[in-house]
Amino acid sequence: MSITLQNISKQFGDFKALDNINLDIPEGELVALLGPSGCGKTTLLRIIAGLEQADQGEVYLKGDNVTQQPVKNRQIGFVFQHYALFRHMTVFDNIAFGLRVKSHRDRPSEAIIRKKVHDLLNLVQLDWLHDRFPDQLSGGQRQRIALARALAVEPSVLLLDEPFGALDASVRKDLRLWLRHLHHELNVTSIFVTHDQEEAMEVSSQIVVLNHGKIEQKGTPSEIYDHPASDFVSRFIGQTNVFKLDEEEHFWLKQSGVIVDESQGIVAHVRPHNIGIEKPVDQAKAPVYLKDWQHLGGTIRLELNRDGANGSGATIYAEMPNEQFRELALQKGDRVALRIKHAHWFN
Amino acid sequence: MPQSHIMPGFRPALGFTLLYLTLIVLIPLSALLLKSLNLSPEQYWGILTNKRVIASFQVSFGAALIAAAVAAALGFVIAWTLVRYPFPGKKLFDALIDLPFALPTAVAGIVLATIYEPKGWIGKWVIEATGVQIAFKPLGIVFALIFIGLPFVVRTVEPVLQEFDLAMEEAAASLGASRWQAFIKVIFPNILPATITGFALAFARGVGEYGSVIFIAGNMPYISEVVPLLIITKLEQYDYAGATAIGLTMLVISFLLLLLINSLQWWVRRRSGQL
Amino acid sequence: MSAISSAVGQPARALALKDADWVRLALIGISLATIGLFLVLPLATVLINAFSKGWTAYSTSLHHPDALAAMRLTLLTAAITVPLTTVFGVSAAWAIARFEFRGKSLLITLIDLPFSVSPVIAGLIYVLIFGSQGWLGPLLAEHNIKIIFAVPGIVLATLFVTFPFVARELIPLMQEIGHEEEEAALSLGASGWQTFFKITLPNIKWGLLYGVLLCNARAMGEFGAVSVVSGHIRGLTNTLPLHVEVSYNEYDFVGAFASASILAGLAIVTLIFKTLLEWKQNEERKKAKE
Repeated sequence: MSITLQNISKQFGDFKALDNINLDIPEGELVALLGPSGCGKTTLLRIIAGLEQADQGEVYLKGDNVTQQPVKNRQIGFVFQHYALFRHMTVFDNIAFGLRVKSHRDRPSEAIIRKKVHDLLNLVQLDWLHDRFPDQLSGGQRQRIALARALAVEPSVLLLDEPFGALDASVRKDLRLWLRHLHHELNVTSIFVTHDQEEAMEVSSQIVVLNHGKIEQKGTPSEIYDHPASDFVSRFIGQTNVFKLDEEEHFWLKQSGVIVDESQGIVAHVRPHNIGIEKPVDQAKAPVYLKDWQHLGGTIRLELNRDGANGSGATIYAEMPNEQFRELALQKGDRVALRIKHAHWFN
Repeated sequence: MPQSHIMPGFRPALGFTLLYLTLIVLIPLSALLLKSLNLSPEQYWGILTNKRVIASFQVSFGAALIAAAVAAALGFVIAWTLVRYPFPGKKLFDALIDLPFALPTAVAGIVLATIYEPKGWIGKWVIEATGVQIAFKPLGIVFALIFIGLPFVVRTVEPVLQEFDLAMEEAAASLGASRWQAFIKVIFPNILPATITGFALAFARGVGEYGSVIFIAGNMPYISEVVPLLIITKLEQYDYAGATAIGLTMLVISFLLLLLINSLQWWVRRRSGQL
Repeated sequence: MSAISSAVGQPARALALKDADWVRLALIGISLATIGLFLVLPLATVLINAFSKGWTAYSTSLHHPDALAAMRLTLLTAAITVPLTTVFGVSAAWAIARFEFRGKSLLITLIDLPFSVSPVIAGLIYVLIFGSQGWLGPLLAEHNIKIIFAVPGIVLATLFVTFPFVARELIPLMQEIGHEEEEAALSLGASGWQTFFKITLPNIKWGLLYGVLLCNARAMGEFGAVSVVSGHIRGLTNTLPLHVEVSYNEYDFVGAFASASILAGLAIVTLIFKTLLEWKQNEERKKAKE
């Protein structure tokens, strides 16, 4: 089911949580709402769910204006950050809850409910836990039960608030892939909130980057990474080297092969893998030396320092494949020349 | 909690604690027990099955039961209102809840009697409207015990409501539950243990209550005489055996209630994930 | 966005949790009616009755020698019981919150016991020991020592009913605070007493004050237990609550309500301090969390 937001704004006291948000999410997408804490992403999710009322603006689900509809009429599934499992009910009763509170007319028979709950438990691979209470489950299990509970009412939109936030790193990795596959299987329009850019890149088909209550950029993970629309997005997604275009930078950026054109902007962002390293012909004229390097698996990260430069901006990070690093046979302290292949310009 | 080896003062602290406990609580209570051993089981049984004694137990327990139930219902509503709804003067009302804890029972007693007696502000009005007399009847005892019991319920329910995870309610709503269904199926089961604990506390206190009751009760033997008053009456008539037998029975009952309440509180803590 | 909403001090009343207006108004109505009928009205009644015959009658009845004697006895009783209960509470909390030993949970239950015992029984047990027909009755009569129907009995009964007040406030508090700071002090060479006065006491001071306050209110206001052991001798063994009873039963309503107004004032002062202390403790707890 498609989701459309028009001119959504929300204020808490003096704090502007959301500022005129417009967003279109087509059917079947798995969208990440990404941003630092306090950017308004959870508020936006709760407004879509109907758990929060926007001060102004409209919410459309599948073209219907649902702005005035309460949460129970919106056919959404919501997975809460800390799961909000009903402590006094078993796993089975938790999942069956949404079916059992339906009005007499729409309520399925107990036999159908039982079958459906077990199907869902099988879907999340936890059928053997059906008679446990939430306290007796691990974090990852609770997470999957919360998801099964939300899916039981066959929502046309699935909303997840920091779905992996409360989990251990290893469990998180597994669940990310699992969620992506589950989405492929069910193909229900889903939105999840996260502050972790890696998570957003790995799981989603679309990313919406929020900052200070505004949408900075919307696009596929590749678009966001390769063509950041703003200074903020470029810094927030992946690592980047930031060069400010004062006189000195001007000179050596030119030397390093970045075509300096003031009309493009005054700040250049360069991703580490967009910096090529060459052994210079003339050692003395090479601008930087290798201070340290780290093995990151498939790639090597190099820490490069510039002569005379001090302060935080002085270190430049570059990345290259293992093999290339071996071929260059660099030692710590070697002077190298830079070749910047690509830069993003901002004002 | 790990055992702390370097902490000083274990022996003197525990020693003084046990000594003081023994002197002030244990020896006097065992005096009651020993004194009752002077009675043969037949004598003991004879005292307890005396009609006036049975009637006083019925009055005390009946009134305490009804009052605790009313206090549980009203206390739940008050706790809910104080936690969930903003309204002017809320902090003042919240502080006032503890008044029955702080107000000496004798003061509560004469005040309640004055308000609810047939010529009192409320008593007059009630008797005109419904013909029901409150003070100097068993109903008066119930009213006094509601006063005494209210803060017990409010103060046990309030923190549990405050800690209640609102996301559970939202989850219920997102799954299609109406507000009423969410209350009955999700909120109430989670608040029930605390409400029962509050009820039990109010009941235990009500059974032994004396000061706030005797002014409003009318103290008619067989009708509105509570057990604590009967004990005092027996003492005044130098019927030590009678006072001892009734007193010991009350003591055993309150001890059982204390154990019940402790396990209830343990249950509440476990339910709210504190254990 | 709970972090944000709490940051501006305004809990976001989310939509799903909104109750219908009529439900909200009805529940607030029930609550206020109950509070009004059971709590506000009684308080007002005390004052109205105390001053029903004017200021002079009020003042005169409070200056009556019996009333003054009752006030003195009430203050004396509190002056003896509150310090004793406080020392006991601190030492019990130290033993229970800082050490593991067998029978600890039984000890906690026993400390709570006086709470659930009817005050009349608290009086009765002392009569059975020290009364004329009690265990020690003959011995005391021989040496001409009076405990029952005298001040010592009143103090003992008050010690019994106030027994748990300080301990039950301090035990959970000290368990929550933990003993890392005390261990640090000891490891830095502080003596046991130094650790207590410089580390423990500052940490528990508000909780301790809270317990002392409630203990004092109960000590001054106790009626049932004291009533059994006092003998109601005017000018000698009547505490203020007993004086209220005696005056009321003799149809001296102004006198009864004048004394009651003193006790009600005590209750109000107690409530105000209690509320202030609760704010203070909450603030400290918030600070500790940050």
